[in-house]
Amino acid sequence: MSASSRDIVLAVEDLRTWFHSRDGVAKSVDGVTFDLARGETLAIVGESGSGKSVTSLSIMGLLPKPAGRIESGAIRFRDRKGTTHDLAHASQALLRRLRGAEIAMIFQEPMTSLNPLFTVGDQIAEAVQLHEGTGRAAAMARAREMLELVEIPAAASRLNDYPHQMSGGMRQRVMIALALSCNPSVLIADEPTTALDVTIQAQILDLLRRLQAEIGMSILFVTHNMGVVAEIAHRVAVMYAGRVVEEAPVLDLFDRPRHPYTSGLLSCIPNARTGGRHDDARLQPIPGTVPSIMALPPGCAFAPRCPLTEAPCEAAVPNLAAVQAGHRSRCRRTDQL
Amino acid sequence: MTAAALRTETDPSAPLLDVQNLSVHFPIGGGRVVRAVENVSLSIRRGSIVGLVGESGSGKTTTGRAVLRLIEPTAGKVMFDGTDVTALPEKQFRAWRRRMQIVFQDPYASLNPRMSVAEILGEALDTHGLAKGRRSQRIGELLERVGLNADHQRRFPHEFSGGQRQRIGIARALAVEPDFIVADEPVSALDVSVQAQVLNLIQDIQRDLGLTLLFVAHDLAVVDYLCDEIVVMYLGRIMEKGPTRLVYDRPRHPYTKALLSAAPVPDPRARRDRIILKGDIPSPIAPPSGCVFRTRCPMAVEACAQAVPPPVEREPGRFVACIRDAELNDQTTD
Repeated sequence: MSASSRDIVLAVEDLRTWFHSRDGVAKSVDGVTFDLARGETLAIVGESGSGKSVTSLSIMGLLPKPAGRIESGAIRFRDRKGTTHDLAHASQALLRRLRGAEIAMIFQEPMTSLNPLFTVGDQIAEAVQLHEGTGRAAAMARAREMLELVEIPAAASRLNDYPHQMSGGMRQRVMIALALSCNPSVLIADEPTTALDVTIQAQILDLLRRLQAEIGMSILFVTHNMGVVAEIAHRVAVMYAGRVVEEAPVLDLFDRPRHPYTSGLLSCIPNARTGGRHDDARLQPIPGTVPSIMALPPGCAFAPRCPLTEAPCEAAVPNLAAVQAGHRSRCRRTDQL
Repeated sequence: MTAAALRTETDPSAPLLDVQNLSVHFPIGGGRVVRAVENVSLSIRRGSIVGLVGESGSGKTTTGRAVLRLIEPTAGKVMFDGTDVTALPEKQFRAWRRRMQIVFQDPYASLNPRMSVAEILGEALDTHGLAKGRRSQRIGELLERVGLNADHQRRFPHEFSGGQRQRIGIARALAVEPDFIVADEPVSALDVSVQAQVLNLIQDIQRDLGLTLLFVAHDLAVVDYLCDEIVVMYLGRIMEKGPTRLVYDRPRHPYTKALLSAAPVPDPRARRDRIILKGDIPSPIAPPSGCVFRTRCPMAVEACAQAVPPPVEREPGRFVACIRDAELNDQTTD
């Protein structure tokens, strides 16, 4: 897809989300830019403290107040009618109208979205009634359709179940059904399979891929797992210490990572490429640990752990610059890779 | 009694650990019982690493703990260096415990936040009366052994990162000079970039000290990387076990096949002939009759409900618990 023909539904521009506390300022998200096209899955991948979850909460307007605040930047979202809104500066009323109906979110832990006191049928029907103004009977019928869509067996009888009566995998399906019940054009999925067993994870990834093909929604998929990225993403943005350090189509990223952090991540996970005990191979770990976002170095945040660091890397934060069409890297020495 | 005196005269080629028909049942009231581990047998050669894999409810963690008697087994034997340690009275077992240690998953929960590193490691030494008169020196050695600075002794757990805390957990296990360590998901709670550091450390100490390891994990790639042999559990029972290379290259049990095919591979060009299992893992309170995997098995036939399939040695060292194994795997393909 050429850059000009991409049909952008969500564009995050130079977003800064900081947390203020007595100990200082945590610049969790510090100048993040990316966009998401219709029908596309963009994976945001990063380790703890990378800012990937704060980015998604910023988009949803779900930052913990008053500590977390969008300091600057824009989050441009185009609604179904073609009107573009800046979610970074939107009123609570507008956010409430868009959330669920136009942008929905699923989490690692389904119980963050499900109310333990209501049946799953009631919860989905309530969302449909609220956003679409349909009557109770029609909303309940829709709830049943949604449970069928996410492949919950015996959907009609499961409508009357409470969340605690379901397994973790089933609850994840209910949360997806709830999120998709009002046909959002963008789904933000924050580590939705991280707490699941691998055979259940495979079911959920398969379901999300199928639903995307059927409904044509865009997915912003937040994860720390490079295996999951390879499975589900069209494009990938790699975050480190509050910034995007590399962004590329998925094949380009895995074939030729252009940021030392990305290539480090890929060579430190055990897989067929890195070999194993049987081949006398060793993993190539990234030395050191992720820096605290309360005390970032002045230059490139990865410089203290990077094998390519030279003095200028530590002086100023490098720009996220194009290395080829659709592929950007925030590294002064990207040509060395 | 010194620990060395406990060493029984056994054949060095005999397995260090030989678990025979181990079962762990938890009564939950109303006469009901959770069969967390059922009839599990496995053995570990001296100086080798066996990976124990499975999903939640598989009984892998309970097996690891029952081997160390952190949970008392309901039935079965744990032969450690020729002695059934499950039959020993607690007082006598304490000396054996020095030789059998554990590294826990969560380095945040398993270190006492009120104790300094010197106190944490010193407690392990004192319990077994080790390094008398050279305590501080020994603690320094242990810290360096796991890649930390000897002068970190006076620090407290919160002053360390997750990876460093896991190194302290490993140092605590090593303090008493064990022969055998159960590593219970030791890298699952760590960031990806830090996991590799700890995996390499585990590999180094295992080789350098000639340790024998039971490595409990859900991450199949990690087990493939680290382990000589693999044991695959499902709902409390062993489905398949054998040399890692063979099992990964040519899984025989339908569950092993599904599990390996479900693991995400960090390669967008990888072929994905995925076997998607239907449904959820059944409750261990009411496991299915016969083969416990049959309710999700794409190959199940009526006979699978009749009797629990025993693990059968299909190739040298390769055990599979499936009545259709020969039919599904042994027909010549050329």
